[in-house]
Amino acid sequence: MKVFMLGWEFPPFISGGLGTACYGLTKALDQMGVEITFVLPTAVQTKFATHVKLVTPALKSQEQAITRTRKFRNVAFRTLNSPLQPYQTNISYQKKIEESLAQIRALHGHTDQFLGTLDYSGDMYKEVQRYADLAVRLAENEEFDVIHAHDWMTYPAGAAVAKVSGKPLVIHVHSTEFDRSGEHVNQMIYDIERMGMHVADKIIAVSYLTRNIIISRYGISGDKVEVVYNGVERNGNNGWPGGNAPINKDERIVLFLGRITMQKGPDYFLRAAKKVLERIDNVKFVMAGSGDMMHRAVEMAAGLGIGSKVLFTGFLRGDDVQKIFKMADLYVMPSVSEPFGIAPLEALDNDVPIIISKQSGVSEVINHALKVDFWDVDEIANKIVAVLSYPPLGIMLRSHGNYEVRKLRWSDSASKCKKIYEEALAGAFV
Amino acid sequence: MASVCFYFQVHQPSRLRHYTVFDDHDYYFDDHKNGEICRKVANKCYLPANRLMLDLIRQYDGKFKVAYSITGTLLEQLENYAPEVLSTFDALARTGCVEFLAETYYHSLSFLYSRNEFAAQINKHVQTIEKLFGQTPKIFRNTELIYNNELAQMIESMGCFDAIISEGADHILGYRSPNFVYSPKGCNRLRLLLKNYRLSDDIAFRFSNRGWAQWPLTADKFSHWVSKVNGNGFIVNLFMDYETFGEHQWKDTGIFEFMRHLPGEIFKHPDNDFKTPSEVAKAYQPLGVIDVPHVISWADIERDLSAWLGNAMQSNAIHELYRLERKIKSTGDNNLINDWRKMQTSDHFYYMCTKWFSDGDVHKYFNPYDSPYDSYINFMNILGNLQKRVDKHHQQAVPAGAVA
Repeated sequence: MKVFMLGWEFPPFISGGLGTACYGLTKALDQMGVEITFVLPTAVQTKFATHVKLVTPALKSQEQAITRTRKFRNVAFRTLNSPLQPYQTNISYQKKIEESLAQIRALHGHTDQFLGTLDYSGDMYKEVQRYADLAVRLAENEEFDVIHAHDWMTYPAGAAVAKVSGKPLVIHVHSTEFDRSGEHVNQMIYDIERMGMHVADKIIAVSYLTRNIIISRYGISGDKVEVVYNGVERNGNNGWPGGNAPINKDERIVLFLGRITMQKGPDYFLRAAKKVLERIDNVKFVMAGSGDMMHRAVEMAAGLGIGSKVLFTGFLRGDDVQKIFKMADLYVMPSVSEPFGIAPLEALDNDVPIIISKQSGVSEVINHALKVDFWDVDEIANKIVAVLSYPPLGIMLRSHGNYEVRKLRWSDSASKCKKIYEEALAGAFV
Repeated sequence: MASVCFYFQVHQPSRLRHYTVFDDHDYYFDDHKNGEICRKVANKCYLPANRLMLDLIRQYDGKFKVAYSITGTLLEQLENYAPEVLSTFDALARTGCVEFLAETYYHSLSFLYSRNEFAAQINKHVQTIEKLFGQTPKIFRNTELIYNNELAQMIESMGCFDAIISEGADHILGYRSPNFVYSPKGCNRLRLLLKNYRLSDDIAFRFSNRGWAQWPLTADKFSHWVSKVNGNGFIVNLFMDYETFGEHQWKDTGIFEFMRHLPGEIFKHPDNDFKTPSEVAKAYQPLGVIDVPHVISWADIERDLSAWLGNAMQSNAIHELYRLERKIKSTGDNNLINDWRKMQTSDHFYYMCTKWFSDGDVHKYFNPYDSPYDSYINFMNILGNLQKRVDKHHQQAVPAGAVA
């Protein structure tokens, strides 16, 4: 079995669950002996811009990250020169491109001669198509049995490679436009998602929540859509409850960790914080992450009069994530729509009890969590106060949750994926 | 001789309403939901089952007999939401073929936490049964058939009971059979009746299980099993929830038809009859002494207390509740005391059980909460409010001038 996988960023350069999932799944497939050509977009420096950081994160480290993955035995990495990144919007994409051009202009006084070499499209949608062309050219020199594409930006590439190669296409839906944008969907993105889902031979959804959206919103027949839950990399607490006894501190910490965007419900978190503080005082609310609602969240905290009780850390990665988990007494994920939600699993893995929104895929797999409707601010606050006030609650959520999370292994997700590849292959020759 | 002894447990808890830490009022119980469930169960189970029992008693001229243990929390609800059920129980009481047993009024675990409270709840239940049905209970059954030597000794010392009922658990019986009357260790007069859990569970749990080798269970087949006891036992104690009829086993499983035909089939064997627990205790001499040093119950395979007290939340909640006893009783305020007592019902702690939670078990059907965590939070929020009311009462009770 050889897979042409159109994936995303690898640790430590992770901006969200998509990268974590691609990494976990690929690693587990590799261990199962599945051969993978892993294709990901990387903005490569041109010869004229060697001292210009065209696109963050730092390229050198990105290369190192890929070299570091030598521990993979069956995976070959191929990078395609493109500035695409997960969680971009067209506006943020254009801003990045303009920034790079401005940098080049500042260095060389003009841009005309570079535009040709830069070669990126100033428009994200066109760039997605250009990426598809690059992928097709790359695929011509690769051998594989099945194509596996992760999230919408790679669907056109997956579809194009499938068309040229005649190999079956499996697309993996980690989120949909409805999760990210509510009812204000971007028509262009929706159309790309819909096209990808319709041409795919098999669709992998990260939860039944997502599967339902795929069926009801994209008009896909249910027998084509399989659910494969994400796993969790065990790197936190090793199950020894005394291992990281909380530092004696006067203040309890309630943590929000995720992109600060509409989808993640930061405003519900803050309103619940306000209610909690009416009851108990010795608690701080930490919002770890960045996103397009960051400024609004800061203003909202000030507006609610709880500015001094809410800390914004910005985007955290690697050890900092571990550190914040070690400090936290409780993790809250009030997502408006969460296809899966890997972060709460990491919290459990680090012995932090969790409150999760019922509108999440992870609530389908975790029983030992407190569950709330994202809009029910009173109930979120009620449950936060309960965890902070009734010690047996935290103790039980921690011990049972930590145990439960161990059942979610990437190796199980990988074997399900492998089975789906086989079904797609069998279906393609019928 | 094989005497069939039916005893049905009839109980509904007073379910708590959703109560957040921000609520500040003393309406703790979900009247709407309790009324709805009470009426539903009345229509599906209590009314049709009572009618059936009444028919059978008449049909067999008083030879068919049964016993009930009806909790105080249910009797209160029936009075409010389904008084017609009380009339049919009263009609059953008047036949002389129905015995009513005593238990803790609030279906509580008080024996384990407060002997005073335990005795008070038994007395309250006995008085209620006397008032409603005109008979004084002579048989005691403890909540969830929780039992040990100490309990039997305490019940004997109360002086008003002839026998006590418990689970015929394998680990207390050993090679012995539940089909005899026994003496509890340390007791002189009190008799011990043990549930025949195999035959009881054939009806209560396995009746509609199509995966069971004996399915479908007919009255004829079941009577055959009962008759086999002749020669190596005197009694077959069939103890089960009354809700078996129509609620746990739905009407379309044929459970009512099974019961309708059962007495006729039992009587086909000339040595068989039906007896109430009191008649059993009088009719047969104890075969030996049963020693139960550790607490047992009728729950699950473990037959222990883990369904109510097995985890940290359960034990925390119940300890906090009983810690209030002295303070709450010293207020003399009946509203406070009644609220406190209704919170003692074992169901509240059962809802917090995490034993089967991960497997998504059938027990969920009878649980008003989405998760054991939610039920614990709700209980503790209400307990917090109760505590506040008690403290307030005590502050007001001591006027400022009293110090001087």
